[in-house]
Amino acid sequence: MSEVMRTEASLSDTTMLEVSNLKRYFDVSRPFLNRVLEGAPRQILKAVNGIDFKIKKGETFSLVGESGCGKSTVARLIVGLYAPTEGKIEFEGRNIGGLSRREMAPLRRRLQMIFQDPYASLNPRWRVRDIIAEPLRAFDLESDEVGIERRVGELLSFVKLTPADGEKFPHEFSGGQRQRISIARALASQPDFLVCDEPTSALDVSVQAQILNLMKDLQREFELTYLFISHNLAVVYHISDRVGVMYLGQLAEVAPATTLFRDPRHPYTRMLLDTIPDLDMTGRQRMPVAGEVPNPITPPSGCSFHPRCPFATDRCKSEAPLPRDLGSEVFVACHGVEENRIPRGPVIDAPPALR
Amino acid sequence: MALLEVHDLVVEFPTRRGVLTAVDEISLHIDEGEVLGVVGESGAGKSMTGNAIIGLLEPPGRIARGEILLDGRRIDNLPYDQMRTIRGKEIGAIFQDPLTSLNPLYTVGEQLVETIQTHTDMTPTQARARALELLIEVGIPAPERRVDQYPHQFSGGMRQRVVIALALCVNPRLIVADEPTTALDVSIQAQIIALLKRLCSEHGTAVMLVTHDMGVIAETADRVAVMYAGRIAEVGPVKQVVKRARHPYTHGLMGSIPVIGHDADRLTQIEGAMPRLTDIPTGCAFNPRCPQATDRCLRDRPEPMPTEDGQVACWLFEKEAAHV
Ligand SMILES: Nc1ncnc2c1ncn2[C@@H]1O[C@H](COP(=O)(O)OP(=O)(O)OP(=O)(O)O)[C@@H](O)[C@H]1O
Ligand SMILES: Nc1ncnc2c1ncn2[C@@H]1O[C@H](COP(=O)(O)OP(=O)(O)O)[C@@H](O)[C@H]1O
Ligand code: SF4
Ligand code: SF4
Ligand SMILES: [Mg+2]
Ligand SMILES: [Mg+2]
Repeated sequence: MSEVMRTEASLSDTTMLEVSNLKRYFDVSRPFLNRVLEGAPRQILKAVNGIDFKIKKGETFSLVGESGCGKSTVARLIVGLYAPTEGKIEFEGRNIGGLSRREMAPLRRRLQMIFQDPYASLNPRWRVRDIIAEPLRAFDLESDEVGIERRVGELLSFVKLTPADGEKFPHEFSGGQRQRISIARALASQPDFLVCDEPTSALDVSVQAQILNLMKDLQREFELTYLFISHNLAVVYHISDRVGVMYLGQLAEVAPATTLFRDPRHPYTRMLLDTIPDLDMTGRQRMPVAGEVPNPITPPSGCSFHPRCPFATDRCKSEAPLPRDLGSEVFVACHGVEENRIPRGPVIDAPPALR
Repeated sequence: MALLEVHDLVVEFPTRRGVLTAVDEISLHIDEGEVLGVVGESGAGKSMTGNAIIGLLEPPGRIARGEILLDGRRIDNLPYDQMRTIRGKEIGAIFQDPLTSLNPLYTVGEQLVETIQTHTDMTPTQARARALELLIEVGIPAPERRVDQYPHQFSGGMRQRVVIALALCVNPRLIVADEPTTALDVSIQAQIIALLKRLCSEHGTAVMLVTHDMGVIAETADRVAVMYAGRIAEVGPVKQVVKRARHPYTHGLMGSIPVIGHDADRLTQIEGAMPRLTDIPTGCAFNPRCPQATDRCLRDRPEPMPTEDGQVACWLFEKEAAHV
């Protein structure tokens, strides 16, 4: 069933968004005076350090990785909240990286974002109907108040709330309902592309399931394209067509979701998969996970994963691996994979569905 | 006899709008060397139960009724000083945020040495040696260097290891760990879980592991108690609860968790959300969300009924319970 849908989604070959050599650096140096007096060096944090990926129309592309690897920075670059330090962000073939507010305005309607904390992103003093009507007014999408009211009611029903809920304030809703409100607001301007940054990470699992189901329904109904960000690999498996695994501002591996989880190639992907608690309780043995993400201000030389990688060689310590196309939409940045010395085979005992 | 026994525990909060019952007649037990998982969605009353056991309920929260026994001895009504001694010697606590358990002004070594010396008669040299041993045991790299550093110089995962070392200082018989990995990255979470498992099998320590993450429970616990709206919905061996849940809530909960390799297009959905404490429905608190609710569920509250290997509080199991 979902196999069918996954292929259906990948049938569309139109690229909606393409990111190339995208970089975003932050200057985290001490103030100039301290640097002069204390001789402290200038410090640059390379939050996103040269990444490439494409998102096809109608698909869900996810970014996954541990805290601080740069997922949210990519999200903010794409919706124009940050300007790139270098590189291109092409939306339907047009470079939108670093456009001014005014230049970005016509695209804003089509590119919307949903955040992790639905409370922080909703104005507490506004009634829900005004929160949802705001994009309608900003983009002048309805001719009069009657139209706005009708449309707000419609949007509320899309996310399984009632028009009467429009009269309430955000604090009167639970976390899951607030996330529905932010989705309704994001849908108000009839976007084509939604950037969803950890939309369910603050929610309980039963509410997370409601939101994930809703997002899939809305995607089908409105032909939405999603960039989905999460640190939860099972959620990413469930929602995605293709997945990019990030580590310290770079992409370690990009692959179709089923391939990535069945046949992970990059040692970091394998390690991440080995951290997933085994709900099937098969008692399978896993590679013990070692070490932690290094300080991004002083990343390791060569392959930034080398201090934690059981397959690291001298080459890995000195030379940064570049992403290589392995065919079948799989891209991996790893010397070991290139040199064919990383063992293959599933880390996870594949359940029947994947065998 | 179980190491820890909780009988009909009720935890209340007097508020301006009346008294709220956060934990409503909960009974559970933990054997020596056993890991009991306590799982449930936020607000279910997990932390209040844990805090009541370690004697750290924040006022105005209070134990209104019930008994808590450690090794057959009541500990819920002890004066603060005696309870503090028990907390140091027999019960260790680990919280979600390691910084709540660490003092930013003292080095990690000073804090370990102090705790060790409060509860044993070791000399400072012996205590320091023991502190180093503990840091090695919880997997802190280069402990000789790390022991003289301050908590802020440690990463989140390393801090949680230090908190575990602190909890282990005096070989407690019970550790209450409240969401010990929730704030950590997945790779660190896996390491901390492995550490907790190893420590309790090596030392025979009993653990009450409170979390909202069923995956963590599946990896770690021997038995699991599922909480909903201040009550225990179901208790049983972890395999039974995870794979063959009885209670409709547990059932829904398990179905709503995405699992890698399970190719469901849609996740099972429990409609609605857990009620707030101010409007817990009469009868079974789960009835507005339960696909199998009957008239009786709206009226009468089901009490925990025995099953073959645990308990379940749901009218559907009345017949089964009668046969146990
Ligand atoms: N405005 C900023 N100024 C300085 N550093 C920043 C800024 N925004 C992000 N960073 C740093 O860039 C890195 C990537 O941050 P980002 O928020 O993109 O991570 P993330 O993958 O979304 O992490 P999480 O899973 O914790 O949300 C981090 O080291 C972060 O501290
Ligand atoms: N100080 C307080 N006053 C009133 N209610 C409280 C207070 N502290 C906690 N509660 C309530 O008690 C219930 C149980 O809380 P808690 O044990 O923290 O849940 P969990 O740990 O399962 O998420 C919640 O509904 C919470 O809102
Ligand atoms: S490049 Fe080397 S260190 Fe990096 S992941 Fe591959 S084998 Fe490991
Ligand atoms: S007692 Fe009734 S409402 Fe409650 S879980 Fe059982 S069937 Fe559902
Ligand atoms: Mg983020
Ligand atoms: Mg809690």
